[in-house]
Amino acid sequence: MDILVCVKRVPDSAENEISVAAGGADISREDLVYAVNEWDNYAVEEAIQIVEREGGSVTVVALGDSEIEESVRREMAMGAEQGLMLVDGAFTGSDGLGVATILKAAVQKGSYDLVLTGAQADDGAAQVGGMLAALLDYPYASLVNRVEVAGKSLRIGREIEGGSQELNEIDTPCVLSIQTGINEPRYVGLRGIRKVASVEIPVLDAAALGVDAAAVGQAAAKVRRVDYFVPVAGAGAEMLTGSTKEVAAQLVELLKAKGGIN
Amino acid sequence: MATQVFALIPHAGGKADDAALELLNAAQTLFPGCAPTALVLGSGPSLGAVATEVAAAFPEVWSFNQESLAYPNAELIRPLLTKVLPAGAVVMLSHSTLGIDLGPGLSVKLGAAYLPDVVGVDGVEGSLVKVVRQEFAGQVSAHVQADASKGLVISFRPGSFAPATASAAGTVVDKSAEAAGLTARRRFLEVVQAEAGDVDITREDVLVSVGRGIGEQDNLSLVDELAEAMGATVCCSRPIVDAKWLDKGRQVGTSGQTVKPKIYLALGISGAFQHLGGLKGSPFIVAVNKNPKAPIFQAAQVGVVADLMELLPELTEQIQKAK
Ligand SMILES: Cc1cc2nc3c(=O)[nH]c(=O)nc-3n(C[C@H](O)[C@H](O)[C@H](O)COP(=O)(O)OP(=O)(O)OC[C@H]3O[C@@H](n4cnc5c(N)ncnc54)[C@H](O)[C@@H]3O)c2cc1C
Ligand SMILES: Nc1ncnc2c1ncn2[C@@H]1O[C@H](COP(=O)(O)O)[C@@H](O)[C@H]1O
Repeated sequence: MDILVCVKRVPDSAENEISVAAGGADISREDLVYAVNEWDNYAVEEAIQIVEREGGSVTVVALGDSEIEESVRREMAMGAEQGLMLVDGAFTGSDGLGVATILKAAVQKGSYDLVLTGAQADDGAAQVGGMLAALLDYPYASLVNRVEVAGKSLRIGREIEGGSQELNEIDTPCVLSIQTGINEPRYVGLRGIRKVASVEIPVLDAAALGVDAAAVGQAAAKVRRVDYFVPVAGAGAEMLTGSTKEVAAQLVELLKAKGGIN
Repeated sequence: MATQVFALIPHAGGKADDAALELLNAAQTLFPGCAPTALVLGSGPSLGAVATEVAAAFPEVWSFNQESLAYPNAELIRPLLTKVLPAGAVVMLSHSTLGIDLGPGLSVKLGAAYLPDVVGVDGVEGSLVKVVRQEFAGQVSAHVQADASKGLVISFRPGSFAPATASAAGTVVDKSAEAAGLTARRRFLEVVQAEAGDVDITREDVLVSVGRGIGEQDNLSLVDELAEAMGATVCCSRPIVDAKWLDKGRQVGTSGQTVKPKIYLALGISGAFQHLGGLKGSPFIVAVNKNPKAPIFQAAQVGVVADLMELLPELTEQIQKAK
């Protein structure tokens, strides 16, 4: 089974205090820690495990600026033998459909039985996988938390509300968006990164992909972010201040009063 | 903008989901004066009950009653809607696991713009639909606009719109024949119910909930000790379960348990909507987080900006002394 996994480099929202830059055109980009989108690590791990069981290959593809090389190498160090970078100024400002359009061209440059994405990324859209499937005219399943290969088709589990699992059979080639918890992504150490440091990663631009530059990017986007803002909060929480001892003492009083200490 | 607005109604067990009236409110807020059409898909006599219920709120209901639609498989619903909806339609979905499955591909097939997980609306100007979304796990909000001149698929976060008051004498149009002979390359097999855990956190009055901010598995002992001192039960956010540090049965949220405690202590939890979606009954929430901008402080009554590693031992010690 030959598998393509789409990975996005994002500001790590668990590591950063995200704030809005003056004017609201962007978030403050100074001192941001970037990482591979959490969901995508699970997608890469799943691809590697499938190939360990069934044979085949794993290719990791990322779309962005030249910084994505770090992300692609990190995922290759997990055990994906090939990487692919899609970089072109004309891609900047693409909406979800633009991103999916560019990824579609990358899928069609190769020959894959399975395309994996993360369930969602930093802007919480959860859209690229489903759009990519529709553009390719492949079947699709989102929020996948189990994959078993069964001949030409897959038996997959989808996570639904309340943590129940919906079992489906899906034909290949197909696109699946992977949910966290499906596996335990392996640890990547410095040694692993060093091992793939000199592997050549092809960089494709719009021309090399055969993508019409006018069909993607900011100008073609039907959906645009106008600005970032911090909503005028309601009352919000009453914030306790003081030394650790003082704060703890206030909390004890509060919890006692509310019946939280039994 | 002369738009035809459609809302896909989630339902189960012969009853419409709360999302039905929320979608109606969203439709009326975004397109004042519009006459939205409800789309009700399913199988058997219970679908008739849903259609009748929904017709008390929507002026028109399109009912698709087919065996193949007994379970909502997005891979069947997408081609059906692509076939029956008029060009340029606005399709409203709930940002549920079905909406996530259906919406992105539907927008592509309809040639429409897609606005996912919308939490508020900001008006319509010509063919531009302006909405509010959240990014970075709710740390910042964004105004987003979509060019809906070729149609729009828009999904709303459950609970972000109040239910509209139902006051229509709508007509139910039977469109079942349109849904005959649907096939898909993804076939639904069955639903496996979530397993019950070692404790039932849904019945506890005092919950100490731990999130990724605890850092390492070994640090969980600090949380256990605090919970023990309080006489409370430990639950958690999703990353703790994903890492297999705690049982799935202890996860609070839309894909975990729905809890109704009196007191909820949120430790190192950012406050993603999927987590808060599992908290019902307006508990007294106390949040501890090192990030003063964490969205959990919007939901909490009392907040502390602190490092758990420092605060937890001190708090446990003081509680033990106070008892
Ligand atoms: C379909 C779907 C369903 C989901 N269902 C659920 C669900 O049921 N339940 C759920 O919880 N999530 C669910 N999620 C995931 C959800 O979107 C969030 O990713 C998750 O809730 C984040 O968990 P967290 O707050 O523990 O981690 P993070 O968002 O990483 O937050 C960690 C917090 O800890 C703080 N912190 C870090 N270090 C310290 C320290 N030393 N001291 C104090 N604070 C510290 C940080 O500032 C941060 O705010 C779901 C997601 C999807 C897509
Ligand atoms: N720029 C990108 N490069 C590669 N993959 C992407 C990119 N943007 C989104 N994806 C994929 O699409 C998934 C869902 O992202 P989104 O639809 O933006 O929430 C991610 O988890 C990635 O797998």
